[in-house]
Amino acid sequence: MQGIGVTGAVSPALLQEEAVAQSAAGVMGPGAVPVTLTLNGKVVKVTVEPRETLLDVLRNNLDVTGVKRVCDRGTCGACSVLVNGKVMYGCSILAIDVQGKQITTIEGFALTNGKPHPVVEAFVNNDAQQCGYCTPGFVVAAKAFLDHNPNPTSDQVKDGLGGNLCRCGTYMGVRKAVLEAARVMKGGSRG
Amino acid sequence: MAEYKWPEMSKRKVMGRPFTRLDGVEKAAGRARYNSDLNKPGMLHAVMVGCPHAHAKVHSIDVSAAESHPGVAAVRVMAPAGTEVQWAGYEVAAVAATTEIAARDAAAKIRIDYEVLPHIVNEADLKKVQSRAKAAGEQIEGDPDQAVKESGIVVSEGTYGIPTLQHSCLESHGNVVAWTPDNKVEFNPSTQSVTSIRADVARALNVPAANVHVHQDHIGGGFGSKFQPDRWGVESAQMSKTAGGKPVKVFLDRSMEQVIAGCRPSGFATVKMAAKKDGSITLWDSQSWASGGIGGGGSPPIPYVFTKIPNQRKLHSAISLNTAPIRAWRAPNHQQASYLTCAPMEDLAAKLSMDPLDLFLKNVQLTPRADTYERQLKKAAELADWKKLWKPRGSQTGSLRRGLGIGVNTWGGAGHDSTCRCNIHADGTVEVELGSQDLGTGTRTIISQVAAESLGLHLSDIKVKIGDTNYPPSGTSGGSTTVGGVSSSTRKATLNALDKLFGEVAGALGSQPDQLEAVDGKIQVKGTPSKSLTWKAACQKLGVKSISETGSNVPKEAAKEGLNTGGVGGVQIADVTVDMETGVAKMNRLIAVQDIGLVINPRTAESQVFGACIMSICGALMEERIMDDITGRMLNADMEYYKLAGIKDIGEIIVHIEIDEQNDKRGVIGLGEPPAVGGIAAISNAVSNAVGVRVPTVPMTPMHILNALNGRKS
Ligand code: FES
Ligand code: FES
Repeated sequence: MQGIGVTGAVSPALLQEEAVAQSAAGVMGPGAVPVTLTLNGKVVKVTVEPRETLLDVLRNNLDVTGVKRVCDRGTCGACSVLVNGKVMYGCSILAIDVQGKQITTIEGFALTNGKPHPVVEAFVNNDAQQCGYCTPGFVVAAKAFLDHNPNPTSDQVKDGLGGNLCRCGTYMGVRKAVLEAARVMKGGSRG
Repeated sequence: MAEYKWPEMSKRKVMGRPFTRLDGVEKAAGRARYNSDLNKPGMLHAVMVGCPHAHAKVHSIDVSAAESHPGVAAVRVMAPAGTEVQWAGYEVAAVAATTEIAARDAAAKIRIDYEVLPHIVNEADLKKVQSRAKAAGEQIEGDPDQAVKESGIVVSEGTYGIPTLQHSCLESHGNVVAWTPDNKVEFNPSTQSVTSIRADVARALNVPAANVHVHQDHIGGGFGSKFQPDRWGVESAQMSKTAGGKPVKVFLDRSMEQVIAGCRPSGFATVKMAAKKDGSITLWDSQSWASGGIGGGGSPPIPYVFTKIPNQRKLHSAISLNTAPIRAWRAPNHQQASYLTCAPMEDLAAKLSMDPLDLFLKNVQLTPRADTYERQLKKAAELADWKKLWKPRGSQTGSLRRGLGIGVNTWGGAGHDSTCRCNIHADGTVEVELGSQDLGTGTRTIISQVAAESLGLHLSDIKVKIGDTNYPPSGTSGGSTTVGGVSSSTRKATLNALDKLFGEVAGALGSQPDQLEAVDGKIQVKGTPSKSLTWKAACQKLGVKSISETGSNVPKEAAKEGLNTGGVGGVQIADVTVDMETGVAKMNRLIAVQDIGLVINPRTAESQVFGACIMSICGALMEERIMDDITGRMLNADMEYYKLAGIKDIGEIIVHIEIDEQNDKRGVIGLGEPPAVGGIAAISNAVSNAVGVRVPTVPMTPMHILNALNGRKS
């Protein structure tokens, strides 16, 4: 009954498959190694240790800070990123494991020439944020959810966003925001 | 001299309207920079080593291997040999290095020998912690011994407990700090008090306050736990100095955050209550205890709200535990007091075979604001459909049982010390500057609403600047005093500035300054739109000058001015369903009726109440710190076993904020805390109503519910 866990986030099976594929590249580390990431459509190169998470590399090495580090172990969703269009917890993936994948962070879609993405706009319209620390993670998760479920019921929204936590208690706004964004993304009206 | 009172409710154009928050897009788009997001050039990362024992003496500490670890710039011993550590997690040493990973690896090389000493970390059983109990002395009102003997009274007795909770701010505690060789300190904390933390840092580092600059744009949650620079703030500054002034970033990792960066005291009580057959309460007799860590502490104000019970005996003990110290928590001691009062009242009602709603209503005269609570109880009952849905305790059958319960709140609020500066420039630009902070409550937004209202402008015409010690001082964001303080100071500063502008343009309008008004983007002769200048044209008259005026809210004088006051009440009703086989309690609805003064932004106000209700749901159903008797450590110092509610767990929340002329006349009050108080009591009462027995220990987890159903002690 509690919306806590890895719902809708990192799929262990998926990561396992990927780890097998990775091993072809040979063993890396333990020191820093060159890593090439495809981040928000651009190729970026960093030198990091194999044990570093995608989250830490984004925040510490690439100054991509819309992803937040909160629980740091796959519970809260504040670090949500899209990997090949699927939402994953950045704290629970190693940077070296997502080379060659399309990584999208909040920075990659939230604003286009200053214009907010419909999910962002809906979060603002419905006051689905207070301190805002969880919010980028929610927006990423909501976008991915709507990409896969364009016509959600409100019960599906509650399941689909169950992998994100908010301490300020913005869930009432989030529920409304996701439904509004679904309407707007299909060309409907806000209300 | 400007007259500062608020414009009449019906005449306001910007205040009172549900604008979306000003920093909404920036935050939702991930562009808002919290200080934990800072990456400054040359920045070092610091981590700390915490003591693994709940009570120990540091014998020796060897940092040499850490010091020679590649990338390490500074190592600090925070608890030198001989230090007696009183709780697990206590900071013993810190390391700053060029990367976070290097700092962690180096920290792991620090060798510390401890002499382990005996500890006590759990206080639920008072008998077992007598050696750590400090009694506060008996308090007596009326004649409790006689009251219990009166003929025809009904007596109810029970023992109740509410645990220690962890603040669990999503942005952990910490800061980026640079202490440069010119003895200047740049401090970027995650704080609820930009202004006062400067003085704290200056004192701790022995640097003149004028040399300390604090800046914070956003804070990722505080809830009462982020007022001080903390030991890590001071040590990271020292490490910056050692490293020649390089910025040092320290933000606690999650396990440390959960253990040492803030918790609320527990509350336990054995309570005897008595009432006449008609429900009039005659007696309160409690033996209570609570712990706030090693210093004892935590004293819930009981009986809560129903303070005028004629006969009372109270005996309270503070229990010293080897656990991290408490910090202020959104409405300190009030949730505990509300639970420890409303739960015994619900039990008394059950004993009297009375509807608890009737018992609460019957006794509103025992509260300091009978009219308010009577009105709110009725409103909440109406919204909850109480009369139709409530069933007497124990009257249900089947495995899914629905229950309703009541909790009440009260709070002070009012406005803190705050000064605002309003600058009007010749190009028409308006800045309002305050050394305040927006905790996510919408402070920026309400400040600009007040300024726009005063100046007859739009929200977008106002540039709000907060979060910096270069701006005038504002108080800490605690006690729900921010909105009262900053709205009042902003009102005064903007009107003072407007007065100056009137003086500059009166001649051009062929009028006197006191005959002018600012409406709809114009300065005009009162009631004469034909004699006006646009805002821009009026400001152009300033030539090379600009206007810069301040205004202050002085708490002692605020009530006289009428801009802000304090003192509210509220009622919550919970509606839950409990599965008798699994012990799982599920929220159906939580109804919150809240008395509040003038509301500047009903949208963000409603969000505050939603958030407060959700925090209550977390506290009522899930959250508890679990301490291990054997190791003395917190077992759930993370976010998977320290549970918070998710989006699916909260049911529906129905908010009724009493926005009306009568409340409005009281001025601004502050809303962050009161609605966070009564929910836990309401939910636990609803559970007891559903299952037919008192579940004495919060949270209402399956374990506690099944224990109560099976007559086991937890
Ligand atoms: S930080 Fe990754 S799930 Fe919480
Ligand atoms: S808005 Fe503060 S944690 Fe979600």
